[in-house]
Amino acid sequence: MSVIADRYVAQFKAFSSNGARSAPAWLKEIHEGAIARFAELGFPTTKQEEWRFTSVAPIADAAFTLAHAPHSPLPAPADIEHLCIGAGPRVVFVDGRYVAELSTTTSLPQGVRAGSLARALAAGPSGGDLVREHLARHARWQESAFTALNTAFLADGGFVHVAGGVSLDRPLEVVYLSTGLAGTNGPAVSHPRTLIVLDSGAQATVVETYAALQGGVYWTNAVTEAVVGRSARLELFRVQQEGPESFQVATTRSRQERDSYLALHVVTLGAALARHDVGTVLDGAGAELILNGLYLLRGAQHADHHTVIDHAQPHCASHEFFNGVLAERAHGVFNGRIVVRPGAQRTDSKQTNNNLLLSTEARADSQPQLEIYADDVKCTHGSTVGPIDQTQLYYLRSRGLSLEAARNLLTYGFGAEILDRMRHPDVRARLDRLVRERLGGGGGGGGT
Amino acid sequence: MTGKGKRETGKVLLEVRDLHATVEGREILKGVDLTVKTGEVHAIMGPNGSGKSTLAQVLAGHPAYAVTAGQVLYEGKDLLAMAPEERAREGVFLAFQYPVAIRGITNAYFLRAAVNAIRRHKGVEELGPVEFMDALEEKLKVIGWDSSYLTRPVNEGFSGGEKKRNEILQLAVLDPKLAILDETDSGLDIDAVKTVAQTVVKLRRPDNASVLITHYYRILTHIAPDVVHVLAGGRIVKSGGKDLALELEEKGYDWLREAATVA
Repeated sequence: MSVIADRYVAQFKAFSSNGARSAPAWLKEIHEGAIARFAELGFPTTKQEEWRFTSVAPIADAAFTLAHAPHSPLPAPADIEHLCIGAGPRVVFVDGRYVAELSTTTSLPQGVRAGSLARALAAGPSGGDLVREHLARHARWQESAFTALNTAFLADGGFVHVAGGVSLDRPLEVVYLSTGLAGTNGPAVSHPRTLIVLDSGAQATVVETYAALQGGVYWTNAVTEAVVGRSARLELFRVQQEGPESFQVATTRSRQERDSYLALHVVTLGAALARHDVGTVLDGAGAELILNGLYLLRGAQHADHHTVIDHAQPHCASHEFFNGVLAERAHGVFNGRIVVRPGAQRTDSKQTNNNLLLSTEARADSQPQLEIYADDVKCTHGSTVGPIDQTQLYYLRSRGLSLEAARNLLTYGFGAEILDRMRHPDVRARLDRLVRERLGGGGGGGGT
Repeated sequence: MTGKGKRETGKVLLEVRDLHATVEGREILKGVDLTVKTGEVHAIMGPNGSGKSTLAQVLAGHPAYAVTAGQVLYEGKDLLAMAPEERAREGVFLAFQYPVAIRGITNAYFLRAAVNAIRRHKGVEELGPVEFMDALEEKLKVIGWDSSYLTRPVNEGFSGGEKKRNEILQLAVLDPKLAILDETDSGLDIDAVKTVAQTVVKLRRPDNASVLITHYYRILTHIAPDVVHVLAGGRIVKSGGKDLALELEEKGYDWLREAATVA
């Protein structure tokens, strides 16, 4: 075991005898298993294929300690408004812990539950059973050091449950804010966990937001699990606007049942170093997935998106689109794997990744991969990396647009293409503003 | 539309003098002379590779073409000294032979950006999205489109014919003084050719002019050009009235090619 892993094991001992003492026995067991697995795996290195382009040495080398539970003065509701994407209802966490004063979940319709995982766990069998059925079952901590670490320290996060046949029109937002304040013994890490469960025929729009209240060095190690039941429809947004000096490592795992629909929109704007692993399983015939991502990076930002779409059943469709706009010295990585299992006939799968380089120092690495074990399938993939197209530029100028206006329009087009696939009009409009602000140049990353 | 007041017809709008141009070091235009007056419609015909598209692109300001000799005056001003966007704002429009697709940007957004760039240049108030849509409505009718084309990304996933129609929509919306149509009628069915022709005829005014580059006699039957030119070997080798087009339809270009080499 490495010295680095030792540090987290030592912290875990304090955590399990202190913060997690009240956790149910089944969760304690998972905690124990996960920390042991983390100790075995250790932090990945660039020698590992999955981490070839992304060094997490800055995370491994910094002595992160668990963030303190939020204490006063807490931000006022008005102070967080600009960091939120929706207008409510919302469930708000500061440094990984639920803050009831900032959360607004009173107006939810019958059959919709949104709140804190810690509270659901504490509620005993009534809330605990559903959580127990799904929590840490989809995001496999056995396979990833970061997921293992999140699972070992799993204490709180957003819990959303929509009962069978219930529709939630307004977007429900789970907001994770970081103060950037140091932990007991170094910069702080939080391990937020989100669990979203839609029962058969349920419909919902959920927004996960990650943002910084102040700047500073901190680390967010997030895991989200989403279960979309039979014929259920979920539009899940994930908006990452962490602070400019921060780190974010995240995993999103989804499981879809028969005839379900999931649109997962990923917008990555923040953090100095970001890694997002997406793993989706189409686990029932007729399921449809839209995986739609946008990363806008600048300065020395580095963001790595690794996605795996697992077609486990026949007659499923997945459409994946990731666009990146990379300015200055930014580095974007995209790795997209599509697996079509034996028997997953009539799979319809499409994947594209387009990267726009706005400077000669910007860099993008794109690796699409197909693994097909069925014969009656339609799978396409493609990726591009390059500067602004001169022919497009000329075409726009020949219509009267200035060189600068033409450049801005073409750049915005990379974002707009992704925004256009978002369905909820309010969320899309808010994200459109965010993208325009970002591409308009100027301003700092993260919160102010 | 903007009511420029009375303008004398027959004023020289475009004057091309001994124009030489190269692309990737190869000389394509070898001394083109062409004078276009307001109120006129010119047709430029000629065999493949004779330099027709090069001439169109040089006039629009394509950065890949280098002018090595000659002069182009537009309304008496040095056209070649202007950036592509300045030319557009001054009223030069090229309908592209191969229109370019732009991801993520809707046709409506693009058209409004173009219209407002030109309006800004003229010192006219810019149009908001709603006003613009109203103004666009009738233009759409002209080309027989419904508004669904406006919410699609520019030329993305458009068929060849749709792309050409989209160029004509831009022509109708931007209302230029000098319209150059580079083989807009190629690859179109009979009805679409008629739509293109009708749009050109409809936009025809005493104060503007059109230059049609075409391979086909058909479109000219709808438009009746004032002057027909034959461009061969990088030069205009013959000019005449609309009867010349018919003669070309019957006899082809070989007789002119021979004449050009003899000369």
